[in-house]
Amino acid sequence: MSSPILRLVAQRILLGLVLLLAVSVLIFAGTQILPGDVAQAILGQSATPEALANLREQLGLNDPAWLRYVHWLWGILHGDFGTAQSSGLDIATSISTRLKNTLFLAACAAIVAVPLAIILGLIAVRYRNGFVDKLISGLALASTSFPEFFIGYVLIFVFAVHWQIFPSISTVDDSTPFLERLQAVVLPATALTLVVLAHMMRMTRAAILNVMQSAYIETAELKGLRPFDIIRKHAFPNAIAPVVNVVMLNLAYLIVGVVVVEVIFVYPGMGQYLVDHVAKRDVPVVQAVGLIFAAVYITLNIVADIAAIVANPRLRHPK
Amino acid sequence: MSNELDYLSRRVAAGKLSRRDFLGRAAALGVAATVANSMLSSAVRAAGPVKGGTLKAGLQGGESTNSLDPATFLSQVPFAFGKCWGETLVELAPGGGVEYLIAEEIGSSKDAKTWTMKIRKGVQFHNGKEVTPDDVVATLKRHSDEKSKSGALGVLKSIDTIKVDGGNVVVTLKDPNADMPYLMADYHLIIQPNGGMDKPDAGIGTGPYKITGNQPGVKHTAARFDHYWQPDKYGHADQVEIVVVNDPTARMAALQGGQVNMINRVEPKIVDLVKRLPGVTIRAASGRGFYPFNMFCDTAPFDNNDLRMALKLAMDREEMLTKILRGYGEVGNDMPVNKAYPLFAGDFEQRKFDPEKAAAAYKKSGHSGSILLRTSDVAFPGAVDAAQLYQQSCAKAGIKIEIKREPGDGYWTEVWNKQPFSLSYWGGRPTQDQMYSTAYLSTADWNDTRWKRPDFDKMVLAARGELDEAKRKKIYRDMGEIMRDEGGLIVPFFNQFVDATGKGVEGWVDNPAQELSNGHALIECWLQA
Repeated sequence: MSSPILRLVAQRILLGLVLLLAVSVLIFAGTQILPGDVAQAILGQSATPEALANLREQLGLNDPAWLRYVHWLWGILHGDFGTAQSSGLDIATSISTRLKNTLFLAACAAIVAVPLAIILGLIAVRYRNGFVDKLISGLALASTSFPEFFIGYVLIFVFAVHWQIFPSISTVDDSTPFLERLQAVVLPATALTLVVLAHMMRMTRAAILNVMQSAYIETAELKGLRPFDIIRKHAFPNAIAPVVNVVMLNLAYLIVGVVVVEVIFVYPGMGQYLVDHVAKRDVPVVQAVGLIFAAVYITLNIVADIAAIVANPRLRHPK
Repeated sequence: MSNELDYLSRRVAAGKLSRRDFLGRAAALGVAATVANSMLSSAVRAAGPVKGGTLKAGLQGGESTNSLDPATFLSQVPFAFGKCWGETLVELAPGGGVEYLIAEEIGSSKDAKTWTMKIRKGVQFHNGKEVTPDDVVATLKRHSDEKSKSGALGVLKSIDTIKVDGGNVVVTLKDPNADMPYLMADYHLIIQPNGGMDKPDAGIGTGPYKITGNQPGVKHTAARFDHYWQPDKYGHADQVEIVVVNDPTARMAALQGGQVNMINRVEPKIVDLVKRLPGVTIRAASGRGFYPFNMFCDTAPFDNNDLRMALKLAMDREEMLTKILRGYGEVGNDMPVNKAYPLFAGDFEQRKFDPEKAAAAYKKSGHSGSILLRTSDVAFPGAVDAAQLYQQSCAKAGIKIEIKREPGDGYWTEVWNKQPFSLSYWGGRPTQDQMYSTAYLSTADWNDTRWKRPDFDKMVLAARGELDEAKRKKIYRDMGEIMRDEGGLIVPFFNQFVDATGKGVEGWVDNPAQELSNGHALIECWLQA
């Protein structure tokens, strides 16, 4: 019974891996066609021909590109991202702390934003085209339309400067206790929630409304079910696929696209780390972070695909 | 009356009278609040520092790419943190001159070529070892090696040999240089055990604070070093902390919210608003940094001094100062040095905006058509606005300026020092000699006005080797005059370092050398309850 589903899921995962491999080739190739090479970047202005030749030898830059790619990929598969040129620190160690921070912030924002968006979406459908619907949509769209930094500044002004109940600086490190960590991310997580809310809410609303046009909903209405039960039991389960898709896109955004919020709240996440190293043309770090971001996107999209497959009754119960 | 005020301010310093009461009584005595406040802070300073607490700074200028190797220091956070954990041989004193740290005294031979530095005894590194002359020699050698890529390489190029002689370090120079002690104050030259040859980024120095946490681009922490050699002078707080806050609004919010005690780089446009906030004190110190309009003296049409003079006369410096820096600076006088430099002669005639004379000079130059000026946001904050203001003041003299706004990325590699007329930024140097040698010698790499005058080069060298201060001052005066009347730079203003401190931060000393009291704010300030 479950074999077509299993096959489809396996296909998706395999496809995802192939895609990730393709992205890794692109990232590697992209950084190769940049002008100058790593040796030149390291030595900078003081590059003499001999020093360049020595360093190229040392870094194995004289090998053909495909061989260097294989070495690079092999290292990554073993958790070895190499060392950053600018600071000489091990990339894997630096990234793991920052990735943890980023995931923590994203998780906090998601735990609030996703249920909130879906519930608001359901409520909006229940009272569609009425005052409540318009109010929810209006507020959500307004909060999304404001730029992130503006929302951040307003939160800082109200909660950190005026009332002084939450810190405006969200610096955390490995030794920060859990509760303090939670307190630190309240403001950035709120800002992020406000930014992603509308997209998910509107999508939930639209997807359910789409289903609401179906004949079986009319049947349910004629049966005399309460409007909210119709939405919950009959409409929402059939609208899950598009909702999950947009939720996953927003989760991906929460992980890879929050550099502005990180800067404003001084939160040590991946975004700031990437930007700093791009500015210094630190290629190994840029490659590593690029690959991680790509992996996050692809994984979340696979999850969305699988959720859509599993949620499809026609696939779950084949004839 | 002043006796009574004195008495009252001492009572505040001793904690027996509140600050608010003091200001109230001072007002009753008819004293303006600003005067009363400054009396109070000097009384507090005289009462002596308070030990304890954690002093926190929220600073701009830190990246996750920063290293603890002093040779790599470039931005503000490593610079300020370096002052906490490390010490150089000497330091730039607030009033000019040098303050002796690891070097106890520095003396020179008559020809200013051989310099003997007596190394202080009993100064301990954080690892428990005592500083020896060998450590000093190793440090200087490491930084003068091309491979270390040290930011101090330029200033050390003039060194010929470095040797240990008993308790002294003897340095011989290739050419005479009366400013040699100032070179040793370069913030990269932190003395490290064995010069940092073994592990350059170990972060072990002789400073008043020992590193306890180092997260580049995020946070740096340090705790007081118990065996610091001058505990009465520096290192009052138990701990110091630097949080990297690159966003100006977030920085100000952190200060207001009490999360940090001091911040750097307050934007001039918000200073007037911030001044009114309770508990926030603006610390503005006039510095040596300036924002020049650079003309290439060897490239047409700027090879004509009449045209250069016309462009100088068409600059409305007062307007620039009020509109671009909101008054937080001093008007410039078309030379790269100002009164913040030692041996600066104060009697130059100030150049003023004079559209008529500018028009006459412009006519005499015989130039016609518009002149292309390149600018960019990265040249300095407000550089695009400055170019537009200049365009308008030039129009009053009948000179047509065409502005080209260049992209920020690549401005320093493609435009500055490459294009004949552009806006730029100089941070200033500790001495006039260093400033002139960096940018106004024929042979200088950074000669961004293509100022190539053999007679001027000779004056720079003569002043450098002159140990008689009066004679040196005279030469520098003549050089300034030539720069002002014939040089290729238009200097609208010198900027101030604008920092701010929160409630209870005392002991601040204005220092023209660098922002944050030359980076000393964290080690010399204390928290008054």
